[in-house]
Amino acid sequence: MEALTAIVIGVLTAASVYLMLARNFMRFLFGLVLLSNAVNLTIFASGRMTKGAPALVPYGEDAPLGVVGNALPQALVLTAIVIGFGLLAFTLALAFEGYRRMNSVDTDEMRFAEPKEDTTK
Amino acid sequence: MSWVLVMPIAVPFLTAVVAYLARNYPAGRWISLAGSVLSLVASAVLMAAVLDQGVIAAQMSNWNAPFGITLVADYLAAVMVVITAITGLATAIYALGEIPEETESLGFYALFQTLIAGVTGAFLTGDLFNLYVWFEVMLIASFSLLVIGGGKDRLDAGIKYVALNLVSTLVFLSGIGLLYGVTGTLNMADLREAVANAENQGLITVIAMMFMVGFGVKAAVFPLFFWLPASYHTPYFAISAIFAGLLTKVGVYALMRMFTLVFVGDVGFTHEILIWVSLLTMFTGVIGAAAQTDFRKILSFHIISQIGYMTLGLALFTPLALMGGVFYLVHHIIVKANLFFVAGLAKQYAGDTDLNRIGGLYKSAPLLAVLFIIPAFSLAGFPPLSGFWAKYLIVKAAIELDAWFVAFVSLLVGLLTIFSMTKIWGMAFWKPHPEGYDPTPDRAPPKVTRAMIVPIAGLAAMTIVIGFYPEPFVQFAQTAATQLLDPSDYVTTVLGVQP
Amino acid sequence: MNSIIFTAAARLLVALMFVFSLFMLLRGHHLPGGGFIGGLIGAVSFIVYSLACGPAEARKALRITPEVIAMLGLGIALLAGMFSFFLGDPLFTGQWYWVGGDSYETSAFSLNTVLVFDIGVYLVVLGGILSLTYAFEEET
Repeated sequence: MEALTAIVIGVLTAASVYLMLARNFMRFLFGLVLLSNAVNLTIFASGRMTKGAPALVPYGEDAPLGVVGNALPQALVLTAIVIGFGLLAFTLALAFEGYRRMNSVDTDEMRFAEPKEDTTK
Repeated sequence: MSWVLVMPIAVPFLTAVVAYLARNYPAGRWISLAGSVLSLVASAVLMAAVLDQGVIAAQMSNWNAPFGITLVADYLAAVMVVITAITGLATAIYALGEIPEETESLGFYALFQTLIAGVTGAFLTGDLFNLYVWFEVMLIASFSLLVIGGGKDRLDAGIKYVALNLVSTLVFLSGIGLLYGVTGTLNMADLREAVANAENQGLITVIAMMFMVGFGVKAAVFPLFFWLPASYHTPYFAISAIFAGLLTKVGVYALMRMFTLVFVGDVGFTHEILIWVSLLTMFTGVIGAAAQTDFRKILSFHIISQIGYMTLGLALFTPLALMGGVFYLVHHIIVKANLFFVAGLAKQYAGDTDLNRIGGLYKSAPLLAVLFIIPAFSLAGFPPLSGFWAKYLIVKAAIELDAWFVAFVSLLVGLLTIFSMTKIWGMAFWKPHPEGYDPTPDRAPPKVTRAMIVPIAGLAAMTIVIGFYPEPFVQFAQTAATQLLDPSDYVTTVLGVQP
Repeated sequence: MNSIIFTAAARLLVALMFVFSLFMLLRGHHLPGGGFIGGLIGAVSFIVYSLACGPAEARKALRITPEVIAMLGLGIALLAGMFSFFLGDPLFTGQWYWVGGDSYETSAFSLNTVLVFDIGVYLVVLGGILSLTYAFEEET
């Protein structure tokens, strides 16, 4: 199971790097989404995988009975997903506003903060 | 006891909430100012506690380390918290003059206080994943602050800043995931032993490199700094000052923490890389600055070159070098924030930040000229200002190691810094205004300039005090460096403390 | 969206989902549920409403702007965490008062800071997500 997850992480990372190399900011953003998923999977897998043993405490007990999945990476991943969601939503809004104001999602055409030098001077 | 550690984070957070609810009223800005004063008080209390006891730690929600979230303050963390509060207060005063009402009602002060809370949290946390969370708090606030107030250039700068910082965060996060996979813990004190005992030291070095890249982007070191000069010259001056002063330093702080506490198994390899990275950072930064003619762009490139000195202090990894690094960190926050404040006031007086289009400030604003000279010369390393001692310590550490090339580059970069500072001086202050008229302070209402000059004068005074009485600060830095190099105190305090 | 079926169904759905979100909120801590998931469901209910009747109408139904809700929630959560100051415990230590007993099994119900914290989280999530989605919906 870990091997399969590792392959998935690799494929996701490769795809995200390919997307992030694009000039189009929207493609970059999708690459970022994929990368963030790959990272979340990395955290999840690094907690080791336990098949079919949810970390639940039976009613009336103080601790889970027997071996259960590691709950900490799940908590970490949940936090990372929520934070990632907020950041990506913000970035999407930023990209949209940028597109409206600058009429472009091509990062090469976004030269407003650093305008091309006037070489005639 | 634990509340001493909590208050410097909780105060700005609560201030953010109240300031947001009052964002449409003039009271909002005074709430923010009061919150900043309270933060300063809270951080001073923390500093007193640290001076009294060495290292203090607290376990949140009564969960013992390494399972719960630990807040911990040693000398380095405490001084960073204090300096954050000081810079925050200076910015809160400066913002009274600069920030227009429309921006205030968008929640400017709430975002600003959230940023301060995030930075403080990053300094105080003793848990790696919690560090990630504080980084994100800081980042989301900084994203919004960078683009607030609109404008194409801000959006453009914001997109580049956001994009590169998100990638670095993900690299950092996957480093955390892998480190957890290898060691099974995320508490920084616990990690020290777990990393040293890990079987697969090769993988540990790979993870160390991921952390170096992740923090390196935040700290803007050599091959990873491109977002900084692309974005720091666009936002409000108050914002670019606090960004310049604090944000990159959080990256440097995280590097210092991780590469003295956790990743010390292969110092010959990791810190050797850091030396070269630092030298290239110093050199490219200062060369980049030489090519610029915009006040803030020059300063932005100088942030990069100065970051090199701090990471060099870490990379040389001797007590003296680390002491210099810590001293440099503190000195640079004050000086760099101040220079950006000066740039803002210069724009108020002369109408622009492009050095070709302004001039004559020496004549029209002599006080500002004096207040510019102090941080500028301090940055360049003129004795007896604070920057001199910082550079002196680093260069001396390099010479003691017989690293003559390192010492040579440090001195050369210092020389080139003088070149940039004299360029700003000559073009903005000395030469007459190109449009023929004398820019006069009448352009901005006196209320505005008064709010802006107070923090400049205050920070300049601090620079002078550190310059003329370096003894206590140097001693403090020495203790901080000793604690960094021998973190057994840190480890036992975190792991042994009962809530 | 101008679908009569959807608009009519939305009224029913929205109320049902919102009540369910409160149920999830109150059920949390000891059973699956809690402020975060409750806030998400609550946000979805208002999103359905805004899809059916438009974001302007949904904003009116919410009465308070979502940003303010989120910030209030943040304040409530923080204060709930800081309440343990008065009892000498570190930040975010849960404080429990059992009504009619001394533990989860024996008491009828409990008054605790954990629920207050969860309410804060609920408001943060509700406000945060709604401010995002409303902003996106109003753009288009």
